[in-house]
Amino acid sequence: MSEFVLETKNLGISFGGLKAVNDVNLQIKQGEIYGLIGPNGAGKTTVFNILTGVYQPTEGTFYLNGRELRKLPQEKINHAGIARTFQNIRLFNNMTVRRNVMVGLHNRPEFKCTMLESMLRLPRHFKCEREMKKKAVEILEIFGLADERNTLACNLPYGKQRKLEIARALATEPKLLLLDEPAAGMNPHETEDLRQTVKLLREKYDITILLIEHDLKFVSGICDRITVLNFGTVIASGNTKDALSDPEVVRAYIGK
Amino acid sequence: MKNIKWKHYINYILVGIVTLIFTILAFCGALERSLQVNLEQIAIAMMLAVSLSLVVGFLGELSIGHAGFMCVGAYLGGKISSILVPILGNGLLALAASLLVGGLCAGICGFIIGLPALRLKGDYLAITTLAFGEIVRVLFLNSSSESFGGALGLPTPRFDRKYLFIICFLMVLLTLFVVQNLIRSKHGRAITAIRDNEIAARATGINVTKYKLVGFIVAAIFAGFAGVLFSYTQPNVSSITFNYNYSIEMLVIVVLGGMGNLTGSLIAAAAVTLINSFLQAKLPGDLAVLKDLLYALILIVVVVYSNSPALKNFRDKYNLRNLFAKFSKNKHDSDDSTRWDVVPTKIKMDAILSTDIVVNDPQADKADKPKGDK
Repeated sequence: MSEFVLETKNLGISFGGLKAVNDVNLQIKQGEIYGLIGPNGAGKTTVFNILTGVYQPTEGTFYLNGRELRKLPQEKINHAGIARTFQNIRLFNNMTVRRNVMVGLHNRPEFKCTMLESMLRLPRHFKCEREMKKKAVEILEIFGLADERNTLACNLPYGKQRKLEIARALATEPKLLLLDEPAAGMNPHETEDLRQTVKLLREKYDITILLIEHDLKFVSGICDRITVLNFGTVIASGNTKDALSDPEVVRAYIGK
Repeated sequence: MKNIKWKHYINYILVGIVTLIFTILAFCGALERSLQVNLEQIAIAMMLAVSLSLVVGFLGELSIGHAGFMCVGAYLGGKISSILVPILGNGLLALAASLLVGGLCAGICGFIIGLPALRLKGDYLAITTLAFGEIVRVLFLNSSSESFGGALGLPTPRFDRKYLFIICFLMVLLTLFVVQNLIRSKHGRAITAIRDNEIAARATGINVTKYKLVGFIVAAIFAGFAGVLFSYTQPNVSSITFNYNYSIEMLVIVVLGGMGNLTGSLIAAAAVTLINSFLQAKLPGDLAVLKDLLYALILIVVVVYSNSPALKNFRDKYNLRNLFAKFSKNKHDSDDSTRWDVVPTKIKMDAILSTDIVVNDPQADKADKPKGDK
């Protein structure tokens, strides 16, 4: 077991001649809330896409608890313990809130039920469905969504859709949770609410969180350490306060 | 509790009652021959509609080669039965064996078509499935007369007509049993998740490859079963039946019934088949081609009906669900677990996205805001 939950080594990807991400080394410890920031087009979401298997890195590799995950398909990476949310919300819009979370519970070993068992309606199918429902409501309660469990996901207000996406990711029982701009488009009240939820997640589930965020106030309020990307390369990394006051970072954000 | 159970089994009850009524009529000898033929056709259309609904309505992949799977089932099942009937006699045993072979072969074809479906989307997949249907048809058309009869068609043994429609309806029940149980389980949830958002489904750990293949294979197997039964209803199987229009006809049935709505598909299958045979009888000679016009008309009407705001108000006021709600005491069972009968569909999504529908929504003031309004 490595001491880091997530470790990336010289991670890089190029699309044709463009190096979107170059030589990114992240080392995230257990229970940390780690920020990945940078100006638009810096390659933050690309890093997320590499870590979740959407893209294959052209250089370098990455490890989750010492296990190399490069070249695994997306669902296998999720089974290994990385779950994510998306910058533009991707919920199962035609399903109710609870069913969204139940999809997240799909691969948990305690809810195992083969297709044949479901087709023949064997007892295990009913047991599994019952317990999944219960578990889904438990998870929704953490996010304060339990009352809306029968609403269609697309009818939720924006802030709650964001929360539901996190709930669904959490349902897959990840070791590392990747949040892609969780506070984007939220009002200050919703942002504060989200901050509480993220902190609660760490305390209650002992989960490690890597997040992308543009709201620097949110980042400095919640992240233990951050890495700043610009044009695909790391320009600063370390404690949130130090990294944010790094002259290179200031230059990248505000200009000379 | 009673109400919930009743809703869960509505499809079985529907098909079961129809089967029972006509079985009794048949044994009383009150069933005309032409009506028996219609019943067989309806049952076959129902099987096809329910199985296609799994791919189009729940998996969200546009497949217009369903007749191809049926063709495979009809030819191979027919061939097997024509070999077996002299040995085993024209009984249930031969029928079961040919069903098994026809279904299995169609299932293998489903697997083969499922593979490109993993990479292709929308129109491109539609073209692929269409090509598959045509290839299968032309292959059988050009087969030698000893193997599959070629252009003359494959002569097949015929089951005792009196009981055949009963077997057809029993197979409809089997199709419903498998498809419905698959949909209403965690696996069905995974399948609908893929339809709603494939990227998110992958990221949530759903094995998209597996579920897409399962969808195609199960649908193909039941189309194969329908094909075998079809071969039993015909004196000979001719490949011209399984042309492009036949696939479109099935698609029309699924769309008319409401994509992802099995009860609707069943009713639409019966309605379209009956209208079809009625028109065929009434339209003389070359005019019979005009019945193909019907499908286009049906599609246009369905699209207009489900999207026009004026009609939407009308529909919200006078729909069956409201009618039922009036009679049943349990007006609002809001628990989603009891509402397996309404897996929301793409057509409904349009209704949800438009703003005028939220007026009647009890939760409108609490939860509903237009998306741009923050």
